[in-house]
Parts: sequence; structure tokens; C-alpha cells
Amino acid sequence: MAKKPLSIGVIGDSDAVLAFRTLGMRVISVQSAQQAANAVFKLVSDGIPVIFITEDIARQIPETMSQYDSDPLVSLIPIPGSRETTGLGMERLHANVEKAVGANILLNNMEE
Amino acid sequence: MATLRVNPTRMELTRIKRRLVTAKRGHKLLKDKRDELVRRFIGLIRENAVLRKKVEADLQVALRRFAMARAVMDGTTLESALMYPARSAKVSMSIRNILSVRVPEISLEAESLKDAIQPYGYAETSAELDDAIETMAALLPELFRLAELEKTCSLLANEIEKTRRRVNALEYVMIPQFEETIRVITMKLDENERSSIIRLMKVKEIIAARD
Repeated sequence: MAKKPLSIGVIGDSDAVLAFRTLGMRVISVQSAQQAANAVFKLVSDGIPVIFITEDIARQIPETMSQYDSDPLVSLIPIPGSRETTGLGMERLHANVEKAVGANILLNNMEE
Repeated sequence: MATLRVNPTRMELTRIKRRLVTAKRGHKLLKDKRDELVRRFIGLIRENAVLRKKVEADLQVALRRFAMARAVMDGTTLESALMYPARSAKVSMSIRNILSVRVPEISLEAESLKDAIQPYGYAETSAELDDAIETMAALLPELFRLAELEKTCSLLANEIEKTRRRVNALEYVMIPQFEETIRVITMKLDENERSSIIRLMKVKEIIAARD
């Protein structure tokens, strides 16, 4: 595996994105779902392994989000944007548990 | 259970017996694999849930601070202050193998962890901005751990689903089918044997009666 340093991508509305730019990430601010899908594609084809996407944007592009599900080299991670979290990240997590274990008993007792 | 459509011959019988043995061994192996995958998955997903909750909360604080910083400064100053980031967040990636599931391993490059260097002079910017950037920077390692965990968990979940499907297919379809087929063929062969014995006995009887 090549060990060369790779950048990190962030896609979101311009407010959230600005904060990440100070950390030296590659950011793309988008407004529409179409722009977001294009942005993901662009970052992935540049070989960026981790892309954080704000939740409200991620919700608009479910196909793109699941497109890279089986690729270990691309992680699309939803993060809460500047507004309150909509729980998309947790939803995905619970979906994984349900898929793997068959029931979501595990996490319920943790949320107390 | 439907049987396989094969000729009831001795050759088919040995062939299917051999396939049954293979299927049983595969079933056992896959079952072990599934159990181990689930065991690891549960550990990881627990960590993932805790971490995600923490990161989401922290990130909100950080972004709120950022919003505050924006509020007290005018837009252009902020833009120009942040125009060029002083640091660059770089990661290196490698692939780890968990029971032949390829999962990513993401590690931050050392330089991205250096103390926050503001990319601007202090004269024109507010203290809130410094704070906000520092909070964000502190969050960085956790963000990547989260990314790594989340990806790993989703890959494992997919693999578990696939493995479980295979285990079930073997357990409830393939193996019963083989067993049933073996039974049918054995019965057919026995029946043939009996009928040929009877035939021989009859022939003997006829010959004996004629003499």
C-alpha cells in the first residue's frame, strides 16, 4: 500500500466548510444535490480517502453515499453541519447493527 | 425437500456423498467465520456509537464557536484571514485484514497534529476565532478514528450479512438436499438389488421345476 500522505475532503454548506478549511482540508461548498454528487465524484477521483459530508447534504444524495459502501479506500462520513444534528450518522450506524446482528438490541440499552 | 435430479447410480452416490462432506465442512467454517465477525463487530460498533456521539457533540460546539467568531468579525476580514490555511491535514492509509475483510486504517500524519498555528496575525481577528480553530484542531484525531471505525463497521456488516446468507443456504438448502438425494439413491439401489435377487430365485425355481 502506498504510504504517501493524502488530503481529506469536506463537502457541505459554506458555513460549515469554512471551519474545516482552517484545518487544511480540501473543502467544497455546495448548495444542490447535483453539485454535491459531483463534488464527491471529484474528490474520490482525486484519490481522497476520507470525505466528511454535512448531514443535510448527505441526505440529499443517498445513491452517492451508498455507491462507495464496499470500497475500503473511500469513506464517506456524515457529520453534523452548522445546525443541530439530524441523526443521520446514528441512523447509518443503527442500520449497520441491524444488518449484522439482525436486531437492534445492542444500542438501545446504551442510550439510556 | 426436493432432491437433486440425478441418476440413481453408485457413481452418483459416491459423488454426492463427497459433496455432502465438503458442504458440511464449508458450513462449519463459515459458521465459525460468522460468529467471529459478529464478535468483533459488536466490539467495534459499541466504540463507534460512543465516539460518534462524542464527536457530534464536540463538533457542534466547535461550529458554534466558529459562528460566534463570524458574528463578531466582518466577513471579508475573516475570509482573508482564513484564505490560506497554515497547516495541512494529511492522512496516510493502509489496508488491514479482519478475517479477509479489507478495512481501512487511517492515521493522521504527525505534522497535522502540531499545535494550532493561526494563519493570520492577531491584530485584525477576534479571540473567538482563535478559540474556534483550536477546538476544531483538537477534534481532528477523533474525527479520523470515527471515519475509520464507521467504515470498518459498515464493511463488516456487509460481510456478516453475506456470510450468514451462505451459512443458511448451506444449512437449510444444500445439506438437506444432499442428504435426501443420498437416501433416495440408496433406496433405489437397494430396491434394484432386491429385485434382482428375487429374479434369480424365480429363475432358479423355474429351472428346478422343469427338471
